[in-house]
Amino acid sequence: MTEKLSADNLTLIRGERCLFEGLDFALNSGEMLLLEGRNGCGKTSLMRAIAGMLSLETGQVLWNDVPVLKQRQTFHGALVWLAHRTGLKGDLNMLENLHFEQSLRPQSADDHEVVYDRLGIERLRRLPLRSLSAGQQRRVALARMLLADVPLWLMDEPFTNLDREGRKLVMTLVEEHLAAGGMCVMAAHQDVEINAPVTKIRLQ
Amino acid sequence: MWKFFHQLASPPHFYRLAAIFSPWFLVPGIALIAYGVYAGLFLAPMDYQQGDAFRIIYVHVPSAYLSLMAYMIMAISGGIGLIWRMKLAHAVAAAAAPIGATFTFLALATGSIWGRPMWGTWWEWGDPRLTSELILLFLYFGYMALRGAIDDTAKADKASAVLALVGVVNVVIVHFSVEWWSSLHQGQTLMKEGGPAMDPGMLYPLLAMIFGFTLLFGSLLLRRVRTEVLFRERRTRWVREMIMSPEGQ
Amino acid sequence: MNGSAPIQPGMLSGLWATARRDLLLAWKRPGDVLNPLFFFAMVCTLFPLAVGPSAEQLEFSGPGVLWVAALLATLLSLNSLFLGDFEDGSLDQLLVSAQPLPVLALGKTLAHWLTSGLPLVLVSPILAITYRMPWSVVPVMMLTLLLGTISLSLLGSIGAALTVGLHRGTALLSLLILPLAMPVLLLGANTVSLAAGNDIYTTGIWALGAYAVASLSLAPYATAAALRISNE
Repeated sequence: MTEKLSADNLTLIRGERCLFEGLDFALNSGEMLLLEGRNGCGKTSLMRAIAGMLSLETGQVLWNDVPVLKQRQTFHGALVWLAHRTGLKGDLNMLENLHFEQSLRPQSADDHEVVYDRLGIERLRRLPLRSLSAGQQRRVALARMLLADVPLWLMDEPFTNLDREGRKLVMTLVEEHLAAGGMCVMAAHQDVEINAPVTKIRLQ
Repeated sequence: MWKFFHQLASPPHFYRLAAIFSPWFLVPGIALIAYGVYAGLFLAPMDYQQGDAFRIIYVHVPSAYLSLMAYMIMAISGGIGLIWRMKLAHAVAAAAAPIGATFTFLALATGSIWGRPMWGTWWEWGDPRLTSELILLFLYFGYMALRGAIDDTAKADKASAVLALVGVVNVVIVHFSVEWWSSLHQGQTLMKEGGPAMDPGMLYPLLAMIFGFTLLFGSLLLRRVRTEVLFRERRTRWVREMIMSPEGQ
Repeated sequence: MNGSAPIQPGMLSGLWATARRDLLLAWKRPGDVLNPLFFFAMVCTLFPLAVGPSAEQLEFSGPGVLWVAALLATLLSLNSLFLGDFEDGSLDQLLVSAQPLPVLALGKTLAHWLTSGLPLVLVSPILAITYRMPWSVVPVMMLTLLLGTISLSLLGSIGAALTVGLHRGTALLSLLILPLAMPVLLLGANTVSLAAGNDIYTTGIWALGAYAVASLSLAPYATAAALRISNE
C-alpha cells in the first residue's frame, strides 16, 4: 500500500513574523522531504505544523488526500515524532520508557533485542535515563522510532548530540526505511547525503 | 444572509460598520439613561420599607444583568472563535471582558452601598446574589489574567475561550450552590427584584435604565472591538492604507 | 515497516499506561506526593494556633478548615501536572500519539488524584480528630473529600493545561481554578457541617457526586483542547 503526505498552500505566522507562505509539497512512499535553512527560519515550526501541533494561517496538510485535522488519530497512528527534546523521562530507565511508548502507537513485531544491539544500547536498559549521555539518550529515542510500526518518520534535527558513527547509522536507518516503502520528513541545518529520492524545501 | 455574516466578519468591513452603528446605540442609550436617572431619583415614589435607599436599584439591577450578559457574550463569541476560527469573534471576547468586569464591580459596589442602611453592614455574606457576583468578578479576573499572561494573541484567544466556556458552565453551578448554601444559613431574602407588583412609577424608570445600560454597553463594546481590531490588524495593508489616506478616519 | 501485522494498542491501554507511568514517576520521587500532604497537615495546624484552642470553636470550624486546606493542598500539586511533560518533550509525544488525547489526559489526571487526592482523604481522619469531629461524622467527611478531590483534580487539570509553560504559572493557576472550585468547597464543607449538626446532609453528597460525574465526562475534553492550545 502506498501512502501520500501532501501540503496545500501552507502559510504560518508566528507572532509578528510570517515564516512561510503558500507552501506546497507532496511526498509518496519511499521518498524523503528535506527541510533546509538556518536556525530560526521556521523548520521546526513547519515540522510541528505537519504533525498537527501548530495551527496554520491558511492551507492544510493532507494524509492520503484527507486533511489530517479530520483524521487526527489515523494520521498520528501513522507517524513517529523525533524532536530535539527526546520526550523520554529521565527518572525512568530505558525499558520503562519504551514500554510506555508501546501503548501510544502501533508497534512492529521486530525483535527488540536486535534493535537494541544495532543501536548499541543493549547494556543501558536498567539505568535511569538521566544518568546516560545526551548521545545515548538520543539512541534510545531512535529505538522508540524503530520499534514503532509506522510509515512516516518526522525527524527534527536528528543528528544533534550524535557522533560521526551515530550520524551514519541514522542515515542508514532512514535509507532502509525508505527502501521498505516508508517516508521521512527531516529538518536539518547541515548537508544531508542520502541515497534515495529527496525533495528539498529551503526556508528563508 | 450567510454572505452578509461573512462580510461582517471581515475586519475592515466590521471596522467601518461599527463606526456607523456605534452612535445609534450611544445616543438612545444616553437618552434612556438620562430619563431613567431623573425619573428614578425624583419621580418614582419612595419605597414604604426601604425609603430612598431603594433608588440604587436603578444602577444595581442593570449592572448585575449586564455583568452576566457580558460573560455570556464572552463565552459564546469565544466558542464561535474556537469552532469556526473566526478572528473577529475573539476580538469581541477580548473587548467584552473589561466592560463585563466593570459592570460586575459596579453591581458589587452598589449592592454594598445599598446594604449599609439596610443591613447595617457594608458586606453581608448571607446574601447569595452578592456572593455569586463576587465569584463572577473573580472569574473575570482569571480570564483577563490568562489573556495577559500569554504573549501570542492567537494562543491567548484560544486558551481564554476554553476558560470562558468552562466558566460559563460554572456560573450556573455557582448560582445554585450559593442559593443552597445561603438557605442553610437562614437565607435572608433581601433583594427581591420585581417581586410582588412593583409600582409602575418605580418600574418604568427601571426598564428605561436596563435598556439604556444595554445600549450603552453595545456602544462601548463596538468601540472597544474597533480598537481591538485596529490593534490586531496593525500590520495589514488596509490599516496602513486607511491611516495614510487623507481623511485618516 | 515489515510484513507482519502491527500490534495496535487499545484505547484503554492508553489510559492505564499514562496513569501507570505517572505513578511510577511519583514512586521515584516521593517528595512530590508527600509535600502537599505535609502542607495539608500544616494548614490544619496553623488554624488552632491562630484562633485559639477552644473546643467549641474548633468543632464548629473543623469541616471548613479541613476543606480549605484540602483545596489548597490540591492546588499546590496541580502546577506540576503537565509541567514535566512540557519541559522534556513528552507532551509532544502525547499530542502526536494514536490515542485520543482526552483519554491520555484522563490517565494523567487519574494518577494525579491517586497521588494527591486519595492520600488527603486517607490522612483527613487524623486531623479531623484533633478538631474534635465526632466519629459518626468522619465517614461523611471522607466521602465528601473523596468526591470533592476527584472534581478538583479534574477541574485543576484544565487549569494546569491552560497555564502550562507560562511563567507566573502557579499564581495564575490559583486565580483560574479557585473561582471554579468554589462550588465544590461550598458543598463539601457545608455537607460535613450539616452532618456534624445532625441535619440531613444527603443533598450535598448527591450534588458532589453529580459534580464529580459531570466533570469526569466533560473535563478531559477541555483539558485536551487546552493542552493542544498551550503546546502550540
